[in-house]
Amino acid sequence: MRWIWIDKFVEFHSGQRAVAIKNVTLAEEHLHDHFPGFPVMPESLMIEAMAQTSGILVGEAKKFQEKVILAKIKKAVFFHYVRPGDTLILDAKIESIAPEAASTSGKITLGKKLIAEIDLMFSHIDQNLAGKKFPEENFVFTDTFELLMHDVLLGSASSNSPESEQNG
Amino acid sequence: MAKSRDQIFGEVQEVLIDALGVDDDEVTDGAALMGDLGAESIDFLDIVFRLEKVFEIKIPREELFPAESLMNSPDFVNKGKLTETGLAELKNKMPYIELGDFADDPDINKLGDLFTVGTIVSYLDSKLNAV
Repeated sequence: MRWIWIDKFVEFHSGQRAVAIKNVTLAEEHLHDHFPGFPVMPESLMIEAMAQTSGILVGEAKKFQEKVILAKIKKAVFFHYVRPGDTLILDAKIESIAPEAASTSGKITLGKKLIAEIDLMFSHIDQNLAGKKFPEENFVFTDTFELLMHDVLLGSASSNSPESEQNG
Repeated sequence: MAKSRDQIFGEVQEVLIDALGVDDDEVTDGAALMGDLGAESIDFLDIVFRLEKVFEIKIPREELFPAESLMNSPDFVNKGKLTETGLAELKNKMPYIELGDFADDPDINKLGDLFTVGTIVSYLDSKLNAV
């Protein structure tokens, strides 16, 4: 099973931009230790959320035919804490895409507040320069990911925009 | 909008500082991208993407860093060294490159050392200021 760390997509513009939501809850056990009495979302997990949002955007651009792997964190800057009960909006854009890789930029917001800026590089590993071979089966994009796309595939995303769900 | 070599160098320097997380004084003309600045394979693509944006040009795959097509052909590589044909192909693809000692001992493991900051600047110079 794949580990899914975002809740759903609310906007999807193929090959260009995608917006996803991540709800943070105290039911996530790591928050009890990070930190005791002061639960805040680890920044590494904000990068993971952005990597999933951007990675699926990059994967969809090639119709999920490529194995898309996070290859480089170009930039990760954090401005505020994220606490249980917060709904994060992850807004990812494709900056460049080539046969062997893609670069993305992303912003995480909470209401109108900018939480983080995260720019990433993804590799299409079958096109890697070293000519290494990987399993035929696409182990990156499995059926589980379709659930995340449910709303946007049905075209109901516009009535469910992040702004209308956020009250700051 | 011709740019001087110094202008190009300045912009390349900015790109490399951001892409590789190095200091400005490390990005000298002769610094090797891998050996001196710690670049890995994904960084080369990152650099290409950034240069395309900054200079508003398209950099075709393998034009700036044509190592792959050289290494994967038995005509060009024999026993870990570039052949005469391989060397000629390298010169043909990268006329702006300084081969130096490499021509005497064209070990493919040293191919990476040929890609210096100066190589990028020369490539862009030839590309931007071509008639």
